[in-house]
Amino acid sequence: MLIFVVRRLGLMLLSAFVLTFVVFYLTNLPPNLEKLARSEGSVRMTDEAVAQWIIDNGHGGSVLGRYGQWLGVVPGWSNVDEKGVPRGRCFAAGTDPALAPRYCGILQGDWGYSTYFRGPVLPNLGEKLGATGILMLWVMIVMIPTSLLIGILAGMREGSRTDRVLSTFSIATTATPEYVSGVVLVALLASPVTGLSPLLSEWGLIDGKILFQGAASPDRITFWSFTLPVLTIALYGIGYIARMTRASMTEVMTAQYIRTARLKGVGFRQVVLRHALRNALIAPFTVIMLQFPWLLNGVVIVETLFNYKGFGWTLVVAAGNNDINLLLGCSVVAVFVVLVTQLISDIGYVFLNPRIRLS
Amino acid sequence: MEDLSYTAILVRILAQLLPVWIALVVTFALSVSFKRRLGLYGKLFDSPVGMIGFGMVMFWVFTAILADMIVTFDPYAQFSGMRNVPLGTALAGATEGDYSHFLLGGDSLARDVFSRMVMGARSVLSIAPAATAFAFMVGITLGVPAGYFGGRFDTGLSFVANLVLAFPVILLFYLLVTPEIVDHKILFFSAFLPDATELACRAKDSVTADTFACFGLSIPTMLAAVLFIFPIIFISILLNARFFTNPMKRNLYVGVVLVIGLWAYSGLAFNMDPLGVWSMEPNLLNVFVSVVFVNAPTVFRIVRGIVMDLKARDYVAAGQTRGEGPWYIMLWEILPNARGPLIVDFCLRIGYTTILLGTLGFFGLGVAPDSPDWGSTIDEGRKTLNMFPHAAVVPALALMSLVLGLNLLADGLREESLRD
Amino acid sequence: MADTTWDPSKPILEIENLSISFFTRLREIPAVMDFSCTVMAGEAMGLVGESGCGKSTVALAVMRDLGKNGKIVAGSIKFKGRDLTHMNDEELRQIRGSEIAMIYQEPMASLNPAMKVGAQLAEVPMIHSGMSKEDAWKLARQIVADVRLPDPDRIINAYPHQLSGGQQQRIVIAMALMAKPALLILDEPTTALDVTVEAGIVDLVKDLGKKYGTSMLFISHNLGLVMDVCDRICVMYSGEAVETGNVIEVFDKMRHPYTQALFRSIPLPGADKNARPLISIPGNFPLPHERPSGCNFGPRCDYFQAGRCDARDIPMDPVPGGDRHASRCLRWSEIDWDAPPAKRAVKEKAPIGRVVLKMEDLKKYYAISSGAFGGGEKKVVKANETLSFEAREGETLAIVGESGCGKSTFAKVLMGLETATSGSIMLFDENVQSTPIQKRNVDTVSSVQMVFQNPFDTLNPSMTVGRQIIRALEIFKQGKSDEDRQNRMLELLDLVKLPRAFAERMPRQLSGGQKQRVGIARAFAGGAKVVVADEPVSALDVSVQAAVTDLLMDIQRENRTTLLFISHDLSIVRYLSDRVLVMYLGHVVETGTTDQVFQPPYHPYTEALLSAVPIADTKVIRKRIVLEGDIPSAVNPPPGCPFQTRCRWKAQVPGGLCDREVPPMVTLEGGHQIKCHLSREILAEMEPVIKVAAE
Repeated sequence: MLIFVVRRLGLMLLSAFVLTFVVFYLTNLPPNLEKLARSEGSVRMTDEAVAQWIIDNGHGGSVLGRYGQWLGVVPGWSNVDEKGVPRGRCFAAGTDPALAPRYCGILQGDWGYSTYFRGPVLPNLGEKLGATGILMLWVMIVMIPTSLLIGILAGMREGSRTDRVLSTFSIATTATPEYVSGVVLVALLASPVTGLSPLLSEWGLIDGKILFQGAASPDRITFWSFTLPVLTIALYGIGYIARMTRASMTEVMTAQYIRTARLKGVGFRQVVLRHALRNALIAPFTVIMLQFPWLLNGVVIVETLFNYKGFGWTLVVAAGNNDINLLLGCSVVAVFVVLVTQLISDIGYVFLNPRIRLS
Repeated sequence: MEDLSYTAILVRILAQLLPVWIALVVTFALSVSFKRRLGLYGKLFDSPVGMIGFGMVMFWVFTAILADMIVTFDPYAQFSGMRNVPLGTALAGATEGDYSHFLLGGDSLARDVFSRMVMGARSVLSIAPAATAFAFMVGITLGVPAGYFGGRFDTGLSFVANLVLAFPVILLFYLLVTPEIVDHKILFFSAFLPDATELACRAKDSVTADTFACFGLSIPTMLAAVLFIFPIIFISILLNARFFTNPMKRNLYVGVVLVIGLWAYSGLAFNMDPLGVWSMEPNLLNVFVSVVFVNAPTVFRIVRGIVMDLKARDYVAAGQTRGEGPWYIMLWEILPNARGPLIVDFCLRIGYTTILLGTLGFFGLGVAPDSPDWGSTIDEGRKTLNMFPHAAVVPALALMSLVLGLNLLADGLREESLRD
Repeated sequence: MADTTWDPSKPILEIENLSISFFTRLREIPAVMDFSCTVMAGEAMGLVGESGCGKSTVALAVMRDLGKNGKIVAGSIKFKGRDLTHMNDEELRQIRGSEIAMIYQEPMASLNPAMKVGAQLAEVPMIHSGMSKEDAWKLARQIVADVRLPDPDRIINAYPHQLSGGQQQRIVIAMALMAKPALLILDEPTTALDVTVEAGIVDLVKDLGKKYGTSMLFISHNLGLVMDVCDRICVMYSGEAVETGNVIEVFDKMRHPYTQALFRSIPLPGADKNARPLISIPGNFPLPHERPSGCNFGPRCDYFQAGRCDARDIPMDPVPGGDRHASRCLRWSEIDWDAPPAKRAVKEKAPIGRVVLKMEDLKKYYAISSGAFGGGEKKVVKANETLSFEAREGETLAIVGESGCGKSTFAKVLMGLETATSGSIMLFDENVQSTPIQKRNVDTVSSVQMVFQNPFDTLNPSMTVGRQIIRALEIFKQGKSDEDRQNRMLELLDLVKLPRAFAERMPRQLSGGQKQRVGIARAFAGGAKVVVADEPVSALDVSVQAAVTDLLMDIQRENRTTLLFISHDLSIVRYLSDRVLVMYLGHVVETGTTDQVFQPPYHPYTEALLSAVPIADTKVIRKRIVLEGDIPSAVNPPPGCPFQTRCRWKAQVPGGLCDREVPPMVTLEGGHQIKCHLSREILAEMEPVIKVAAE
C-alpha cells in the first residue's frame, strides 16, 4: 500500500513538472515577451530595444534555465542595467543584491510579480482562490447529494417511471454546458425584461426589479446573488454524476448477489441500503473526483459570466492581459488541484473496494 | 409593417424550416420502412429515445446543409435601426425582395439572430464531427497497439495521455489558441545558425533571409502535422494487414490512400497543397487542432480498455495460432468487435466537442470574431444579457438541443446494441 | 399466516400445470409449458435437461423471481399448501430465505463483495426471526463449521474474494441453511467448480439434506450428478417435463425417447469410439418461438409418426406400475425399450503411425509480480515441470487435469504462442521449442492447429463464417486463386457437415455446436497434422457433445491426424483417447494407455479424480474418495510432492518423503508411468475405483 502511494506521488510530481514546464514554455515564447516588453516599457520601442529589454529583465537565457529560476532551483538572475542600477529576480531594482536570497522561485514561496494586479502573485491568487473555494463549497453541497440521490433513485428500479423522468433530466443537464445554463438562468430569473422577474415584480412579490442577481461578488455572499452561479456549475455536474451513479446502480441491482439478498428475504429498502449502495458508490466516487478538472472549467465560465472575482476570473484576466507570472501561478494551482484529486480518487477507490484493498 | 405576435413568429419559423421538415419526413419514412435491413441503425427506430435523439440531430444536420434556403437575411449584414430589437420586429425600411421581419430579433450589431443561428449550425456541424473523427483516428491508432502489446509502449503513451487530461481544458485553449502562439514559428535550424540569422528570419520585412534556414512551423501547425498523419497511417496499416496476402491489390489500395492522404495532408496541415484544393484557415486550424488534441487522449483510454478486454478472446488466440501478424489481429479481429461502444462514444463525443467549440467561442477564442457559430454568438450576446437576452438565449438553446439530441442518440444506440 | 395447518405427509412443493412466458417487444416467448411436479418432505428432486429447456426458469418461478419480463401465465405453485403465485411481496419476503432457500451456479457472484461473510450469513436469522446480532454471528460460526470449513472464526471475518471457489460455495450453502429451510433449490451448484471440489460439495449437500431433513430441488445438466444426489428426477425438454419418476426407474427403464437418446449420447463406461460409438441426437434444439406442433421432440425422434405425434399437444401419461413414473409420449407403450439402437455404425480402428510430436523435459516458468499495487518481489509460477511424452500419427492423446494444472500453458507452448523455458519440442524432427509462432514457417504453423473451448468466443463475431475460413486458407497459402479458396472453403463446410449456405452467415446466427464445427473446419484448413483440442465440447450440451466428438474422430481417421485432447472430463477421455496423461499443478503425475490409467494401480490423484466423476449408470459401483481442501495455487505450490496436501495415501510412505522430495517417475509394466513415492507393492494392491455390477 505504501509503495503504491509513493509510486503515485512520484508520478504525480513528474506530471506536475512536465505540465508546469509546458505552461512555462508556452507563456514565455518570444512574442509573449515582446508584448510584455512593450506593455511594461513603452509601446513605441524599437525591435532592438525590445530585445534589450527582454535580456535586461532576465528573460534572455535558455528556457530551461529560466524555468529553473522560476521554480527556485537555479539562482535568480541579476545584472546591472545601462543606468548602473543593479536589477535581479530576487530583489527590487536599486536595493543591494548581496542582501537578497540566491534562489527565489515558487519553491521559496516567491511566485513573481503580477503586472495586472501590480503586486506579488501569491497573495492576490490566494485571495481569489479563497473566493472560489466558497463558491465550490456551495457547489459541492448542492451537487453531490442531489446527483447521488437522483442516480440511486433512478438506478434502483431500472425502467420505472421515476427512472425515466430522472434519466431524462440528467441527460438534459449533461447537454447543457455552463455558458448555456448560465445564460438561460439569467434570462429566466435575473433579467428585468424577460422571464419570471418582471411578472413577480408586477405582482408585487419582489421588491426590486429582479428575483436573483445576475452578478456575484465574494464580498457580499447572499442567497440571491449566489444561487445562480452555484446552480449553473452544479447543474452540469449533477447530470454527469447522476448518470454514472445510475449506471453503476443498475449494474449492481442486476448482480447475482443482489438476487441472493432478495431471495434470502431481505426487504427492498434493506437490499438497496445494505447491499447495493456501497458497491454502487465505488464507481461514482472516482467520477466525482475526476470531475474536478471539468468543474474548474465551469468555474472559469461562471466566474466570467457572473463577474465573480475568483480563481477562474483571475485566469481569464491573466491570459487576456499577458500577465505571465499570474498565468503561471494559476496553472500551478490548476495542475495541482487536478493531480491531487486524481491521487485521492485512486487511493480512495482502493480503500472503498475491499476486493483490491485486501488482496 | 406590423411587429409579429409570438404565434406568428412560431408559424413563420416553422414555415421557413419547411425544407428541413421535408428532409426529416423522408429520412424517417425510408428508415422506418427498411429498419429490419439496416442493422444497428435500423434498430435505432425501435427505441423511442434513440428516435427522438436521431430526429434532433438530423434536424440540425439538415438545417446546416440547407442553411442557404432557410436564412432570411445575410447573417453578417447589419441593418440600421435593428439593434437589439425584440422578437418579430418588422424590418425598418425593407425593400423589395427583403424578408419582412427579424423573426428572433436583432443582436447588438443589428444583425438577424435567426439567420445567424441557422448559419451557426453549419459552422458548428462542419467542425465538430470532423474534429471528433480525427480524435478517434488518433485515439484508435495509438490505443489499439497500447492495449494489445501493453508493456513500455503502453505505459509511456498512457502517461502522456494522462498528462494531457490533467491539463485544465480552458488553460490549454488559452495557451494554444492565442495569437502570439499562432504567429510564433519555431525555427528548426536556428540552433545551427548565428543569432543574426535568427533575428533576420524573425524580422517581418526580411525578404533576404534564406528560406531554408528560416524554415519553421508554429506550434499548432506542428500539432496538426502530428495529429493529421494518423488517419493516413491508420488506413494504410488497415489495408496492408488485410491484403498483404495479395500484394497486387495491396499496393493499389495502399498507394491510392497514400497519394490522396498525403495530398490532403500537405494542404490541411501545412497549407502547402500544390494544387490548392485542400486548405484550412489558420484560425480554423488552431481551433480544430486544439479540439482534436483535447479529445484524443480520452478516446485513447477508451480504446485501450476495450482492446485489453477483447484480446483475451479465443478468436484472437485463433488468429495468433494461425500466424496472423499483430496488426491484422488488432485491426480486423479486435477493432470491428469494439465498434459498438465506439459508435456510442462517437455520438457522445461530437456533443462534447460541440460544447468545447462553444467554450472556445465563449472566451472569444473561436474561429473568427464575427463568425455566426453558437459559442461566439453567446459570448457576444451575454454583454447585453440583462436587457436583451434573446441574442444569447437563441444560440444557447440551439446548442443545447443539438447536444441533447446527440446524447439521446447515443443512449438509444447503447440500449439497442446491448439488446440481444 | 403460520404454517401450523400443514401436514408433513403432504407434499412440500406441488407444482401444477405451470406455464411461464417471457414477454419481449416482439412476441410472447413461452419458456415453460404445462409443468407439474411434487416434492415430498425430505425428498430430493432432480431437474435435468439441456440449456434452454426451462429448468432454471422453474426454479426462479418457485422463488417468484422471474424479473420484469417473466410472467406465470397459468398453473399454480403450492408450497406447504399455500399458493405462491398469489402471494404479495411481503408474504414472499417472509418465505424467501426462511422456508425456501436457493444456491446458485456462480458462488463468487452470489456473495456481496463488500460485506464480510459473517454479516451476510447473520443477516438471515436477524431478518426472519429477529435474532440479536451476537446470536446471529454465533449461529453463523456454527453453521460455517457445519459446512466443514476449516477455521470458521477466520472465515466469518473474511471478505468473499479472500476465499477459494469451493469455500465460497460452502458459504453460499451455509447461508441457505441459516434459517433451516424446508426446501432448498440448487441451481447447477457445482458447474463452476473442479471435479474433485465438486465431489466434496455434493457429499456435503447430501449429508446436510439428511441431517436437517430438507427437501431439495436439484437442477443440473449432469445425469450422473443427479443420480448421486436425488431420489426422483424430472427430465425436461424445450420447456416441458417429458419424463418424471424415481431416479433408478427412469435410468433403467426410461419410457421417453428423449431420455433414451440422452443416455445413448453420453459416454458411459463400456462405450468405445470404434466398437460402440455414441449416438448423437440428430437436429437441433428448437428455438422457443419455433417449437413444432405436437411433440416438441418429434422432429428429432426415431419413433416419430407423422400425423399422430405432431397432431396436438401431448399430455403427461402415467406409467402403470411405476413409482409415480410418467412420460409425455403418445407411443411409450408401443416402443420396444430394450431393442438395441438400430443405426450404431461400428467403425474401424485407425492404425497408429510414427511419432510426430515428441516433448522432452519441457519446462515453462512465468515470472509474475506479486502484490496488488505492482510492487513486491517477483515470483515464479512453474506452469509446466519436466513434461515429456510422445504422440503418434493417428493417435488421440488425452491430457487430463483440473484448473491450474498447466494444461493450457502446455498448449500455448506447443502452438508457439509462448516459448518454453527449457526442454525440447520435436515436431516432425524439427525442433520448434524456442521458435515463437511469428518465426515458424507456414507449413509448421498450418500443421499444428487448435480447437478452442468456448464456442461463443472462438469465432470473430463480426466476420462471416466463410470469410473466416477463407482467411485461414489465405494465411496457409492454400489454393491458387480466390475461386479456388472459395471452393475449398465450401468443401471444408461439407467436411464438418454444415450446409454450404452457412458460409454467408454471421457467427451469432449459429448454435454452439455449429460454431464449434466451424472452428474445427478452420483448424483443418491447412491440412493440420497435429490438432490441439482444448476442452472442445465441455461448453456444449450433452447431445451436441456426442456429435462434435464423433466429427473430430471421423476427421482424425480420414486425415490420420494426431489429436491432443485436453479435458477435465474423464468419461469422454475414456471414450475417445488411446493414451492419457494426467496432470496436477504443472506435473505429469501419471501416463499410460487408456486402460492402464483407468485400471489400478493408480496415482492417488487419478484415483480421486476417477472416483469424483459422477457416472449416470445404476450398474456402476463407485468407491467414494473425497479429497480434502482445494487445489493449491500454482503461485505457491506445496513443497515436495505437489499432491501431498490432499493425498490419502501419504501415511503409507515412510519418512515424510512426500513433504520433502518430488517423487521420481516410476515406470511399471507396459510403459505405464506413475510419479509417486508409494512402493510397487502398495500400488499393486490398489483396488479399482469403478466396478460394473454383473447384470
